[in-house]
Formats: sequence, structure tokens, C-alpha cells
Amino acid sequence: MANAFVRWFDERAPGMAPMYRKHMTEYYAPKNFNLWYYFGSLAILVLVNQIVTGIFLTMNYDPSAAGAFDSVQYIMRDVEWGWLIRYMHTTGASLFFVVVFLHMFRGIMYGSFKKPRELVWVLGMLIFLVLMAEAFMGYVLPWGNMSFWGAKVIVSLFGTIPVIGGHLVEWIMGDFLPADSTLNRFFALHVIALPLVLLLLVVLHLAALHEVGSNNPDGVDVKHGPKGNRWDALKPADGIPFHPYYTLKDLVGVGVFLIVAAFIIFFAPTFGGWFLEHDNSIAANNLLTPAQIKPVWYFTAFYAIVRMVPSFAGTAVWGVIAMFGSIAVLFALPWIDVGPVKSIRYRGTGYKVGLTVFVIAFLSLMLIGTDLTDVLFPKLFGADIDLTTWDNVFGRIMTLAYFGFFVFLWLYTHLGWEKTKPVPERVTTHD
Amino acid sequence: MANEVVDHGRRRFLTATTAVVGGVGVVAAAVPFIKSWEPSARAKAAGAPVTQSLKKVESGQQLIVAWRSLPVFIVNRTPAQLAALPKQDPRLVDPKSNGSSADQQPKYAQNETRSIKPEWLVMIGICTHLGCVPNYVGEMKPEPFDPDWQGGYYCPCHHSRYDMAGRVYQGVPAPKNMQIPPYHYVDDTTVQIGVDPKGAA
Repeated sequence: MANAFVRWFDERAPGMAPMYRKHMTEYYAPKNFNLWYYFGSLAILVLVNQIVTGIFLTMNYDPSAAGAFDSVQYIMRDVEWGWLIRYMHTTGASLFFVVVFLHMFRGIMYGSFKKPRELVWVLGMLIFLVLMAEAFMGYVLPWGNMSFWGAKVIVSLFGTIPVIGGHLVEWIMGDFLPADSTLNRFFALHVIALPLVLLLLVVLHLAALHEVGSNNPDGVDVKHGPKGNRWDALKPADGIPFHPYYTLKDLVGVGVFLIVAAFIIFFAPTFGGWFLEHDNSIAANNLLTPAQIKPVWYFTAFYAIVRMVPSFAGTAVWGVIAMFGSIAVLFALPWIDVGPVKSIRYRGTGYKVGLTVFVIAFLSLMLIGTDLTDVLFPKLFGADIDLTTWDNVFGRIMTLAYFGFFVFLWLYTHLGWEKTKPVPERVTTHD
Repeated sequence: MANEVVDHGRRRFLTATTAVVGGVGVVAAAVPFIKSWEPSARAKAAGAPVTQSLKKVESGQQLIVAWRSLPVFIVNRTPAQLAALPKQDPRLVDPKSNGSSADQQPKYAQNETRSIKPEWLVMIGICTHLGCVPNYVGEMKPEPFDPDWQGGYYCPCHHSRYDMAGRVYQGVPAPKNMQIPPYHYVDDTTVQIGVDPKGAA
């Protein structure tokens, strides 16, 4: 009976079984994946979580300026298990960025963006960009006071563009302030348009990856190594089938991740105001600004860059250009870092120092963006220091360090300053 | 058919013209979708002028009315507050509102009091730093943030300070004076916000 059905199906869709084999049981991934390789599959897990919980949230959410805030409170209090579904969605949003940041760092550290995987990297960066838009618009939907003022400040960034800026802001909001029309269009983009784009990009990201094969912590290409493994005489000796080997390995990662996520969802869903901001428990009020407007933690590094670049020639657009530049420069990474050695394990000391400085700069910009420096600096240097000046000096140094990493990397690899170590022929853990 | 010679030039021409016409069609079809994001007729109607009687605003009082959902401050300034205005000039970023704040008011309000009638201040109550709504601190007495306070506005977000004409003080994050909306007097005690006076453009 089952066999008859499989045969019936196979005759009508003969391409399905080979496609499954190509991407699962006969996709030979390097055998030396380490902890850093969990985050790709975890990102898919979170994406599925966001889609499922998101669909159920829309069933009770009211996308109107008059009803949005109350409908979220309704979900939290009156809908059975509504609080869990919403906390899974909000916690998922923050964990999405945790996972994606680590996934991107893995790619930088092991040179996974380098030839022949440039397209994989660029598609991944597009995913990151869409994810940021998705997160921002989702943040506006509860229509709390932080949603409202966050939307106002972020959309106002476009107002700094000379000539068209003012009109552009009205066009994005569909009104003179964030209003019903703004909320409605953000809802449409958040639940339909951007998720569709996101799913398409994820499929392309994986398709592009499976075309060239996965990189690994040694940065050696198993496709160019010796052939022949237990399953196939023509396939890489250092490759193992993705299924069942890496599906089972990833399942361990999923287990650990779910324990962490469940702990946050049940015991610290707002994460002390980091995942859900306290001021957002107050309904949107266009006449009352929250005492402090700052973005959610995952945007803070980029937002800090806006604040650190001063106005010049009568316009504040430079900060906005620098912020978009800080993301654009990541797109160009495959053409900035052209060093032939991929993995940090065999790269020059200069690269290791540079990457460390980059990580410090990124984390420091996060500190500034979250205003934690306003707490930290008086403790370190005394209560009577001029915070604005300290913030600016520290932040500008770190902004320069952020961009400096890419300038250094370009010079370092294009001018041949890098002294690399010998790269092994095969992955170091082969038998 | 198969034996006929293919005219590549003709084929290229047809491909190019089809692509161009198709492209024009796509652009034209995109216009309604892009225009649908403009403020709707209803949003524009809500942005219509607001008329407000000034009869019940006592000297020193502030009234807040909503115009385009923006808070508009209407203040009946006291003679003491008015007298203090010129004395603030050395401490201000742009006292004459002709530098960085040149676009922050209509021409007819580009004067010492930033108003049509000296005592009546009509101003959009949005801080020019990041869009917060500053508090009205009208009393002329020492304040924690300024021992020599002569009345004005104090923003709770990032501590920007403005005088009684919405002119920004030096050394605060806000770059410009607060904005004066277009407005005119319908009669002696009624003001309309959103419309310039007749003859002024």
C-alpha cells in the first residue's frame, strides 16, 4: 500500500526524491563542523517559530491605532495561552538576532564569504537587511509609546536626506505623524510582504550554499581533497551526509537552544527591559515622549553610529549615511578581504588583532547605543565628568575602529602584508 | 519555417522594443501603488487648519491644541517674560532666527518675539533634537537646570532648554529654535493655525 503510493507519487513527480537526496542524504558537508555551525540551523528554527507564533498572533491582533494596544493586552490577558504565544514571538525576535550575529561572525572568522561563496554571503546579508526591517516594523505593531516614538525617530532618519527628506517621511508614514495608516502598512509589510521575501532569500541562500558546498573551520575545500567515502566513491573523503549526521548534531543544538529560550520565555520574558521595553506598556501618546528613546538592543550598534557623526554643511544626513555604510561595507566584504587563506586558524597576526578590534568596536557601539555608558562612565571616571563629551570621544573612536577594520583588511590583503601559516591539505580531524 | 534565414537585426529590435514597452508599463503600473502611500485625503483633512479662540487664555498661561496631530503651544506671555527675551540673546544659538533656524518660522514671525503679536506665542511644541514635547516652565525663578531661569521650555528627554520664544540655548543637544507654524488672526481674539495671513506667502 505504502509502496504503491510512493510509486504513484514518483511517477508523477520524479524530481522530488533526487532533490531530497541532493540536499539531505547526499549533501556531503565537511566532517569537522564545530559549535559555530549550529547557528544556521538555529536561525531556521527561530524563523519557523516566528512564522507559526506570528500567524496565531494575527488571529487576535487588531492593526489599527485605536485598537492595536488594547488587542495586545487582550492577547496577553484574555486569550488562552496568548501570553505564551506572544512571548515566544518577542523572545524569538531577540534570539533571532543573537543567532544571526553569531552566524555572521562565524562566516567572517572562517572566511566563509570568500570565493566561491560570495553569493552565499551577499544573499545572507540581504536576509539580514530584510530581518532588520521586519524587526523594526514588528516593534511598532503593539502601538505602545516606545513603538510610536521609535517609529517617529527611525522614520525621521530619512528626513535628513536633503530636498526630498521631508516628503519622504510623510510618504513612509502616510500621515504627518505615525498614525493609523502607518500602523496598517507596517502590519501588511510585517506579516505578508517581508516574510515572503525572507523565505525566498533563505531558499536562495541555501541553494547557493549547496551549489558550492559548505566551508569549515579549517577553511580547506573538501571538494578539492581526496575522493571516496563510505557512501560514495566519487564524493569527498572528508564529507559526511548532511542527513543523518548533521541533522542529528543540529538536534542537540536545538535542544540546548530551546532550554535557553524556554527559560527566558517563562522566567524573564522582558529580559529586564532588553527584549521588551517598559515604556511600551504605556499606550502610544503623540503628546508625551518617553524619557529616553533608544532602539532595541540589536539595533544599538548601528544607531550609535548615527549619533556619533556630527552635522556638517547644515545637514545631519552624514550620520545616516554612515549607519547605512556600516551595513553596506559588510556586503562588500568578499571584495575587501581578498586574502587567499580563509580560516582564522591559518591567517596572519594582523588579521587576528584586526578582528578583535572590530568585535570590541561593535560591542562598544552597542554600549553607547544602549546608553549603558551613561551609567558606566561616572562609575569609572567620577560623577562630575561631562558625559556628552566622553560619549562622543569614545563613540567616535569606536566608529573609526569599526570602519578602520575594513580599511585595514583591504590594505592588508590587497598589498600582500599578510603573513599566513601553511594551510593543511585536508581537514585536521580526518582519520 | 525552419529553413528560413533568421533576421537577427529584426529579432533584436523586436526584443528591445518589447522590453522597453513592457518596462514602461511596469513603471506606470507601479505609480498607483507608490502613490497609495501618500497621506490620504482623510489624513490631509485632519491636517486642515485649526481655529482657536484666545479669550480665556490668561496672562502667563499656555494652551495646547492639536494641529496635524502635533501639539501647538499657544502662550499669553506676561510683560515680564517679554522683557526678559532680549536679555537672553548672548546665551542663545540663533537669537535672531536668521542663521541655522532661518526656516523654523514664517517670515512674518521672524522677529525678536517670533510672533505676529508680541504677547501671543504660537509654536509647534516639538523639540528640534529628537521630537520630544518640552515642558512649559514659565515661572522666572532659579531652577535646578539653570539658576538664572527667565522662563521657557525644558525638554525631559535630553535636557534641551528654550526661552519664552522657543529659541534654543547654547550647550544643549537641540540644534534649532522650535518651529512656528503658519497662522493668522481671524479677528482680534481668534487665531487660525495652518494658514498664512493674507498677503504673506
